Amino acid sequence: MSDVNTAMVQKYRNDFLKEVEENVEEGHWVKMCMQCGVCSGSCPFGPDWDHPPQEIFMMIRAGKRDEVLTTESMWMCTSCYNCIVRCPRELPITHIMHGLANYAHRLGIAPKMNPTRRFSKIFWNNIAKTGRVNELALSLKLYFMDGFMSGIKNALAMAGVGIGMLKTKRLNPFALINHKGVKNPKELHVLLKKAREIEDRRKGIAR
Amino acid sequence: MSENKTAAYVCKGCGIGDRLDTDQLAKIAESEGKCSLVRQHDFLCNADGVNTIRNDIEGEGVTHVVIAACSRRAKTDAFGFDDVALGRANLREGVIWVRPDAEEARETTQEMADDYLRMACAEIQYMKQPAANQNAGTNKNILVVGGGVSGMTAALEASKAGYGVLLVEKTGQLGGWAAKLYKRVPDREPFADPQDTGASDLIKSVEHDKNITVFVNSSITRTSGAPGQFSIDISAESGETVTENVGSIIQASGFSNYDANQLPELGYGKSPDVVDQAELEQLAKQAADGPIKRPSDGKEVESVVFVQCAGQRSDKQGHLPYCSGHCCNTSIKQAMYFKDSNPNVDTMVMYDDLRTPGNGEDFYRSAQRKGVSFTKGKTHQVNPVNGQLEVKFHDMILGEDAVAKADLVVLATGQVANSGVDIEQATTLEVEDEDGQSEATAEADTSEVQVPVESILNLTYRQGVDLPHLRHGFSDSHFICFPYETQRSGIYTCGPVRRPMDIVQTMEDATGAALKAIQAVENATLGRAAHPRSGDLSFPSFRREGCTQCKRCTVECPFGAIDEDEQRYPVFNESRCRRCGTCMGACPVRVISFENYSVDTVGQQIKTVDMPDEFDEKPRILVLACENDAYPALDMAAQQGLEYSAFVRIVPVRCLGSVNTIWVTDALNSGYDGVMLMGCKKGDDYQCHFVKGSELAHYRMSKIDDTLQQLQLEPERVQTYEVEITDIQRLPTLINEYVAKIDEIGMNPFKGF
Repeated sequence: MSDVNTAMVQKYRNDFLKEVEENVEEGHWVKMCMQCGVCSGSCPFGPDWDHPPQEIFMMIRAGKRDEVLTTESMWMCTSCYNCIVRCPRELPITHIMHGLANYAHRLGIAPKMNPTRRFSKIFWNNIAKTGRVNELALSLKLYFMDGFMSGIKNALAMAGVGIGMLKTKRLNPFALINHKGVKNPKELHVLLKKAREIEDRRKGIAR
Repeated sequence: MSENKTAAYVCKGCGIGDRLDTDQLAKIAESEGKCSLVRQHDFLCNADGVNTIRNDIEGEGVTHVVIAACSRRAKTDAFGFDDVALGRANLREGVIWVRPDAEEARETTQEMADDYLRMACAEIQYMKQPAANQNAGTNKNILVVGGGVSGMTAALEASKAGYGVLLVEKTGQLGGWAAKLYKRVPDREPFADPQDTGASDLIKSVEHDKNITVFVNSSITRTSGAPGQFSIDISAESGETVTENVGSIIQASGFSNYDANQLPELGYGKSPDVVDQAELEQLAKQAADGPIKRPSDGKEVESVVFVQCAGQRSDKQGHLPYCSGHCCNTSIKQAMYFKDSNPNVDTMVMYDDLRTPGNGEDFYRSAQRKGVSFTKGKTHQVNPVNGQLEVKFHDMILGEDAVAKADLVVLATGQVANSGVDIEQATTLEVEDEDGQSEATAEADTSEVQVPVESILNLTYRQGVDLPHLRHGFSDSHFICFPYETQRSGIYTCGPVRRPMDIVQTMEDATGAALKAIQAVENATLGRAAHPRSGDLSFPSFRREGCTQCKRCTVECPFGAIDEDEQRYPVFNESRCRRCGTCMGACPVRVISFENYSVDTVGQQIKTVDMPDEFDEKPRILVLACENDAYPALDMAAQQGLEYSAFVRIVPVRCLGSVNTIWVTDALNSGYDGVMLMGCKKGDDYQCHFVKGSELAHYRMSKIDDTLQQLQLEPERVQTYEVEITDIQRLPTLINEYVAKIDEIGMNPFKGF
């Protein structure tokens, strides 16, 4: 367990609701849930979640910190916004789900092998490097995420799409060499570092 | 009135003249109907037609009028001659609108019209124009029993309308439960915070009102009389008794808290820190605006759990099966007491279904914003452990058992109506004693130990000292058709004695009851009936020589209007009577009658119908239809152009309870092939306007099978139906199916005897 996580456990003891309110994006909405279950019923992935949103809200109130933060449930959210549209209490449920996932990741206790989490990381590193997404590099990284053999398999399966994109000039085959980023990526890096600093300070996370 | 003079008017409007032979109708009125004056008119309900009738009444001395036109429910304004006896032959809705306009149907349709005219003429021969009740009382004061929010509101509303009010309160001060609250659930925008109860303002207005006389520390020890002339004894605790007269009574006796001692599993009695909502109000009052302290050791409460539905909404023995409606909002309010003085207090509301009626949803949201947490869970146990309370519950969202710790637990127990003595239970016991055999229904549960209950009104009525209880001990009449009306005329209930309610609902309810009480005194003064035959001047009387003192009328009167004298003869309290005629239907020797509604007015209609002989293939079926629901439904079916058989003859009755079995046996004896009885829905969710009429009729008709057997007739010849006013499509089908069935069975062998 990371230091940040231990610090948070000590700070909030068993008041997980308060921890969520103060640290998770839109977390102050959690207490307004009235347990009607419309979100769970509306979620296209609902049956595949271990804990649908309604249940996650209830678990937060019941102080089930570890179970909530280590579950893969909120990583399943595809941002379809059905729940937000339908929630009678107008909770921004999608945002809360992403907020929870993000918070768990920052604490270092999110499920390590969760594909969504891994892809998000790959995507972030890719875009943060030059300021623009290197699509070829991103695809290759994604395909070979689980090793060489599966990478070849993934690439072959998507070969038709790739060739199509090449023909219509939607894919630069030489991106690994001549990918164009923003004019001055160094400045971007400074910018991102500062933003992270501000956010951490606001959420009270010591680095 | 010297001599009867009957006039008949046959209308030719609305297509009656085109479809029927009105000359023949006029001839029948003259020869068979014995009308000395018969007129035909092209358009009877217009000014000229009405004037013709009016002139005849004044110029020719006509005392009895037969109008052969539309249904008795139509054109009541035009034909509202209240100085003569009035009969209506229903030729429009009853005949031409329900029959096809075809050559082959002409004969049977005409027969139908002829019969309806004969029936109207026969009915009217036996009718008198009722005079108002001579024994009417004239007292217009209103007695309010109970000095809580409901009683005070009713008193103030009646006073504002200019009526004198006597307000009787059992305890030493006005205010009831509301005065014991720290604050109340908000009744106005933004529905966010608890607000002042307003009880002291209400008390002040009552005390300063010149129309209201307040009796505290007093109770009602005797109530006798009838609307307009109730006589009541008000006894003070000191033993002093005054006798007062009032015109009507509002019973606002409110509720008691459910006894939480019956909930030991929820820790009540095991720890002083388990309290009910009323006790928490007390704690909050003691704390004023400071922190609330727990009763056991005076420690400031840091965590509190509210257990909703404690001992209510449950099938368990001794629990209340119903929802008391206010407790969710009340718990939300009480949680705010804690949060408003210290946001760090842990407040959890443990609910099964959170029910926040009215604007409670805003109040609920406000509590969530303040940080009150809500858990959907069922509490099964509360135990004191190490100076704290352990609440064991089943989390219904997560589907697991869990434990919460708290300094204080508040049980949301329900409201129990202060409705006095359950007279039905009291009388069944009495019956058992008298006859030495058990006539009691299975409902009387003798295994339960009965706690003696004090009567609220101490009525001297034959049927018991208090108002009848409906479901779960509440004194209510029909919830939708006639709220406020109890089964005792001139006595109205309001507030939580009627059904569980909060302050807002109670005040609205009390206002309604005050209006009903005012209506009752005004009607009583004029000698008229109250709801539902409002304005009816007729009342029942009986022929003493014929009476066998069987008591059936006094027992069966749904409104307790009939007492007994020392010789067990019935004593009618006309002002209490609702004119349903249930007594008339009950009387085995047929001595009870109204001036304009009697065994004869209906019996003669039945007999006067022209009976074709057995080989004519024209059955005759008598329909006795309740005038409240079945008859209007038939009228509406006619308006919609639905057709039914020409073989039925429909007679409206005041209530199916007024149907005397002699009508049915007479009908079968004189050749009718079948009898259909149409009454309102009976049972727990009854729609009978006279509460028990329809049920009694069903019961009586179930006994008629023996008679049918003696006559060697099939039991299908008498059928009873429950009909709703919305059964417009169903009724014609019902009639046609029955006619088909009679066709199958064959003709009544008694024809022509």
